[in-house]
Amino acid sequence: MGRFFHRTRWATPYALLTPGTAWLVVFFVVPMAYLAKMALSQGLFPLFSFGWAWSNFSDAVSAYRTQFVRSLEYAGIATVAALLISYPLAYWIAFRGGRWKNLFLLLVIAPFFVTYLIRTLAWETILSDGGPVVAVLRDVHVLGADGRLLATSAAVIAGITYNFLPFMVLPLYVSLEQIDGRLIEAAGDLYSNPVVSFSRVTLPLSLPGVFAGVLLTFIPAAGDFINAQLLGTPQQYMIGNVIQSQFLSLRNYPTAAALSFVLMGAILVLVLIFARILGTDRLTAGAAA
Amino acid sequence: MTAATPAVELTTRLPATTRAWRFVRRHVLDVYALLALAYLFLPIGIVVAFSFNNPLGRFNYTWQGFTFTNWTHPLSYPGLGGAIRVSIEIALLSALVSTLLGTLIALALVRYTFRGSATTNLLIFIPMTTPEIVMGASLLTLFLNWKIPQGFGTILIAHIMFNISYVVVTVRARLVGFDRHLEEAAMDLGANELVTFWRVTLPLIAPGILAASLLAFALSIDDFVITYFNAGTVTTFPLFVWGAARVAVPPQINVVGTAIFAIAVLGMLANILVQNRRAKRA
Repeated sequence: MGRFFHRTRWATPYALLTPGTAWLVVFFVVPMAYLAKMALSQGLFPLFSFGWAWSNFSDAVSAYRTQFVRSLEYAGIATVAALLISYPLAYWIAFRGGRWKNLFLLLVIAPFFVTYLIRTLAWETILSDGGPVVAVLRDVHVLGADGRLLATSAAVIAGITYNFLPFMVLPLYVSLEQIDGRLIEAAGDLYSNPVVSFSRVTLPLSLPGVFAGVLLTFIPAAGDFINAQLLGTPQQYMIGNVIQSQFLSLRNYPTAAALSFVLMGAILVLVLIFARILGTDRLTAGAAA
Repeated sequence: MTAATPAVELTTRLPATTRAWRFVRRHVLDVYALLALAYLFLPIGIVVAFSFNNPLGRFNYTWQGFTFTNWTHPLSYPGLGGAIRVSIEIALLSALVSTLLGTLIALALVRYTFRGSATTNLLIFIPMTTPEIVMGASLLTLFLNWKIPQGFGTILIAHIMFNISYVVVTVRARLVGFDRHLEEAAMDLGANELVTFWRVTLPLIAPGILAASLLAFALSIDDFVITYFNAGTVTTFPLFVWGAARVAVPPQINVVGTAIFAIAVLGMLANILVQNRRAKRA
């Protein structure tokens, strides 16, 4: 047996890889190719014929421009909100958590063991017209006497912010936890005040976590349709709602497939721009400081 | 009487406000963190509370009265028990298969240098950054083209697919911090590669493999979007909730949600306690 392993050493990694990667190729790469083919097809369910129908893309974009813009806008606002909520929390756990760090981390993740849809339904209860939040906001005249939270953009964005929070907290925590406390002490010894040592030492060192968190939050947020469906109305529908109904209700597969690729393309472009901003400006500045 | 006091008051007050300011500055982060945790748990409190609600109509949105009935008869709602069973079966099977396939990939990536490792890394990374709705839609297109009827099998295929990447990442993290000298020692003592793997490598990376399989289980049992596109007529627990949200939300859904939450938290708590005890012994 040992001799067998020795003689075929070069083949061992491929033998280990093949089953898993084959699964990914057949059930991820190949389906993507079929989706691409579908995006360029024409016809009605279930008979679609391939024909380089590039107009699917332009038609889809012009028909659903509003939902596209709205998706990126909601996802962007929710990502920023999630970052503002998560960064201090992750910082607190990493630097003030002491030996209870793991317990606090558990507390952060625990709510997300309640099924996604049930959490969103709970928000529907909290934000409902008869609920306490609406009552308080009406009393302080933030909302009018018959103002609502449900069925508004605010409700949908709030739902998205909440639902993808662990994707933001965890990478932030990992990058903050790795920071050597002595670096921050050194900054203090060199007479930098807490604000300066945070902005010149801690923040730059945690940027990889910020990047990962933003990525992991923004991508699922931009493709989400559950929050808009449960907390909003068609006025708040995002591109995910359109793709979902085009596929599953209208069975207009070519349009839905084209929309999927435009969504992926838009996300890719935004992520690359974000990486550019964070990578060349801030990261090098942090290294130089 | 009051005319004489201001000067005294000023001198005693100033340090007091400074002290108060210092107190606020020291604890503002604590307060923020506690508020953030409260925010995280607010909906969960609602879910737990409403599992004891006694709703009048079909919707469980407003508080009507306290009852234990939902807890004593959690599966009395038609279709709920079956949906939960399907969810658990798929989560177990997909966790098992994806953990096996993913661990093998992680071993290959960490242990060997070979042509194509960069491509493999990309293949692992891309599914994690693809919106679920696109993955669900592409699988739907595949099954349509191959004329495979959707159901239990197609859900399982999809769940194994999206779990593999997460397993690879989790197991790889454990393998990277692995001391190769332990394996060399075993080989020096005459163990062949298989025995070394079985008796030394596997026990050492077992916590990583366990964590990966738990993650896969959790991801699978909570998945809605990809399942929704590929379920056919089969109903999993999240699909059941989705259907219910449109016609009637029974409090039994809250009971099941609370139960899953409690089991997961207790499991993780036990894990933390065991790790703390191990760390103390070491």
